[in-house]
Amino acid sequence: MTLLSVENLSVGIGQVRPLDGISFAVDRGEILALVGESGSGKSLTALAVTGLLPLIGGRVTGGSVTFDGVDLTKLTEARLRPYRGKRIAFITQNPMTALDPVQKIGPQVDVMARLHLGLDARAARARSIETLTQLRIPDAAAICQSYPHQLSGGMKQRIVIAMALVGAPDLIVADEPTTALDVTVQAQIVHLLASLVKERGLGLILITHDMGVVAQVATHVAVLYAGRLAESQPVDALFAAPAHPYTTALIDCIPREAMAPGALTGIPGAVPGVAQYPVGCRFHPRCGRAEAVCQNDVPALRSVRSGTVACHFPGGEA
Amino acid sequence: MTALADSPVGRTLRTPKGAIAGGWIVLLILLAVFAPLLTPYEYDVQNLPGAFAPPSAQHWFGTDEFGRDLLTRILYGARTSLSVSAIAIGLSVSAGMVLGAAAGYIGGRFDRIVTSIVDLTWSFPEILVALILVAIIGPGITGTLVAIGVAYLAQFTRLTRAQIMAIKGETFVEAARSLGATDTHILLRHLIPNALAPVLVSAMLATGDAIILEATLGFFGLGAQPPTPSWGGMMSSGTAQLFKAPWIILFPGLAVAITVIAINLFGDALIRALDIRSRMRSA
Amino acid sequence: MLGYVLKRLVMLLPVFFAVSVVIFAIIHLIPGDPVDSLLKVGSGPEQRAILTARYGLDRPLPVQYAIWLGNLLTGDMGTAIVGRRPVADLVMAALPHSLALGGLALLFSTIMGIGLGVIAALKRDTWVDQAIMGGVLIGSTLPGFWLGLLLILAFSVHFAWFPVSGARGWSSLVLPVLTIGLGGTALVARVTRVAMIEASGRDFVLLLHAKGLHPLRISLRHVLRHALIPVVTILALRIGWVLGGAVTVEVVFARPGLGTLLIKALNQHDYPVVQACLLMLAMAVMLGTLLGDILQAAMDPRVRAALA
Repeated sequence: MTLLSVENLSVGIGQVRPLDGISFAVDRGEILALVGESGSGKSLTALAVTGLLPLIGGRVTGGSVTFDGVDLTKLTEARLRPYRGKRIAFITQNPMTALDPVQKIGPQVDVMARLHLGLDARAARARSIETLTQLRIPDAAAICQSYPHQLSGGMKQRIVIAMALVGAPDLIVADEPTTALDVTVQAQIVHLLASLVKERGLGLILITHDMGVVAQVATHVAVLYAGRLAESQPVDALFAAPAHPYTTALIDCIPREAMAPGALTGIPGAVPGVAQYPVGCRFHPRCGRAEAVCQNDVPALRSVRSGTVACHFPGGEA
Repeated sequence: MTALADSPVGRTLRTPKGAIAGGWIVLLILLAVFAPLLTPYEYDVQNLPGAFAPPSAQHWFGTDEFGRDLLTRILYGARTSLSVSAIAIGLSVSAGMVLGAAAGYIGGRFDRIVTSIVDLTWSFPEILVALILVAIIGPGITGTLVAIGVAYLAQFTRLTRAQIMAIKGETFVEAARSLGATDTHILLRHLIPNALAPVLVSAMLATGDAIILEATLGFFGLGAQPPTPSWGGMMSSGTAQLFKAPWIILFPGLAVAITVIAINLFGDALIRALDIRSRMRSA
Repeated sequence: MLGYVLKRLVMLLPVFFAVSVVIFAIIHLIPGDPVDSLLKVGSGPEQRAILTARYGLDRPLPVQYAIWLGNLLTGDMGTAIVGRRPVADLVMAALPHSLALGGLALLFSTIMGIGLGVIAALKRDTWVDQAIMGGVLIGSTLPGFWLGLLLILAFSVHFAWFPVSGARGWSSLVLPVLTIGLGGTALVARVTRVAMIEASGRDFVLLLHAKGLHPLRISLRHVLRHALIPVVTILALRIGWVLGGAVTVEVVFARPGLGTLLIKALNQHDYPVVQACLLMLAMAVMLGTLLGDILQAAMDPRVRAALA
């Protein structure tokens, strides 16, 4: 059974539909990279998978999120909660603001073991220190006595990752875990996550806009554009022969170091806001291959080789 | 007409809260202006045999200890209470904007002096500041005007200064300066207009508070002096009759409360229509 | 932390000095000669001169100020012109009443205000929220003295539960505390609600939800903790509001507090008493601000770090 499979997922916030027909799957030991520029719907997808949409006033309007055979979108908040933190862990974008600034690190990590493993205070602290030490955090006992503002960004992100690991989850959703960090620390964090997937056999959804990172660690890739799935393929096939012109543009950006959020140097323009989604293929105003049909008809997802693509004129060998 | 309908005030009036609150404010002003045409009674003619009459068909709100019709006195009292509060706040806003804009724009030592004085008075309750000022100037309408005006000066100075500080570094100001605009021009044409919306809305809300303050001063016998009717003054004389004729303080108090609620609701709706909630904080 | 408190206390000294000058100056702007109220009808200029000299009112203002300040530092606040009692005695007799009233009103508005604000924030945009915020709006727009009179009418006259006025026993405190406390509750509830909503939108709250914590626990243990920081700061800054409320409410309920003393002294042009009352109120405001800063440092490790 696939660990997580998202089928035709749609999300609504108020009157708008920022996500429409998203599908992908991830299994144990796999790293699915969810890529796209800012505004493409990656973070919303992460919130939908972890059932946190209501916090930002959103809701799932269609499709399913099947985790270990259970459709999470059908669960009530109370039934969903045991999955959060214990079976599906979440790593937020900015480690600087991810931790409660007025609570010491110790209790913030301990709560995971107390809540999900039923340990008492002493055992939970031991478990916290053990997990922090496994992530090569020096002097973990002292770190537990610190406040977040006393630690570096990289250290905080390691702590957030440690927090995610305490409950021994099956799946980790990491929403751009490195964007707020220094370049050298970025690489450390990415490799840490990749090694955890290998050693512990967990599934990882890695949200990023850095195609370089994708090429290094991902096993599968799902490309989002303006709230729709553009292309989904195994990583090798995707880089060898991208089918969607947007994917091609993203790959073309790799040599230019880390891409600035929201700026795609390969092609002009930016992702349209949810209120300005164009009719037809949402990418057509920025697409070199666009023809009349792209302005009118939404391209259906079609199979290409080992994956799927939503384009009227897919590239590669098709 | 469409310009008015699309203006923030027009949008405010189209919300239910804004419409009811705005309607009450307009109605009250009309009632105050046309009071002589609306009531058969005089506000200052005593009729001792008819004193302490409870509310009835002849006297909807009853009569006071001198037999004067309370509704009539409330309508005339609205003239005093509303105009004194509005004029006092108007003076306060004008002075506060000049002080705040100067402090924010000039900066340096001048700013520090103004800010520290303003902060000192700001932490004192308005009623204390007003009480002391009335003691200096003497009771009456002039004293009340100055007392309320000074009591709120700190608030408007702080708010204006905060607005000016927030925008004085922005590109359009730098651009104007590089084009050779004078300081006065920059202040009058660029900075103050941009600071205007939050300051005016907070002035509107402060007018509500000022009505309460005016009533409180009147209650202590320090506001408009008899026979000029004011809501606070009516309640002041009503206190002695609290057990005998509670309506004498009940109705003026209700007039204050409903008016202040209406002003608050309207101001709240206006803040929403202008989308300036975050800019309303001066601290 | 202790060092910080001491440093702040020392920093209060120049403020205290400035405030004392301002108060002294203001008092001497008040027109009306206090000697007038002491002279018997038909007294001549000689008696006036004698009385003026007795109270030191014939000396230059700076000298009067220096004498006043010097005496103040030894605990001597002067002698009341009306009644000729030591001002310190009058103030000390009034102070406990005002402290009890103000303290209880502050306590009442803090507990009620935070409670209502939290409930309104948790039930945001539902009828519960609207009902609470509607009540809060009404509570903040009723003139304090009027509310007090209505409470007297209802609970003292109609139900006869509490005494109409005076300061005998705890029951006489209930209505005055309610009168001031309802206005304060409105302020605290409004600030708490906004602070809760603002804090619940922070990044770390999202992660707390993702960790699988119960939403109520997140709201009460984490979000409220953050929301309390601005609430405490504003409460401390606005201790003056409670004092202002106390002044009017003491008069309405005929309670022998600082407010009553101040209003009476203002009417009688009794300078030394007015000065002493204003000074006490000013000190309460200054100490309130200090308390707010200290509490903020105690509640927020980032502020503590910035101070260290």
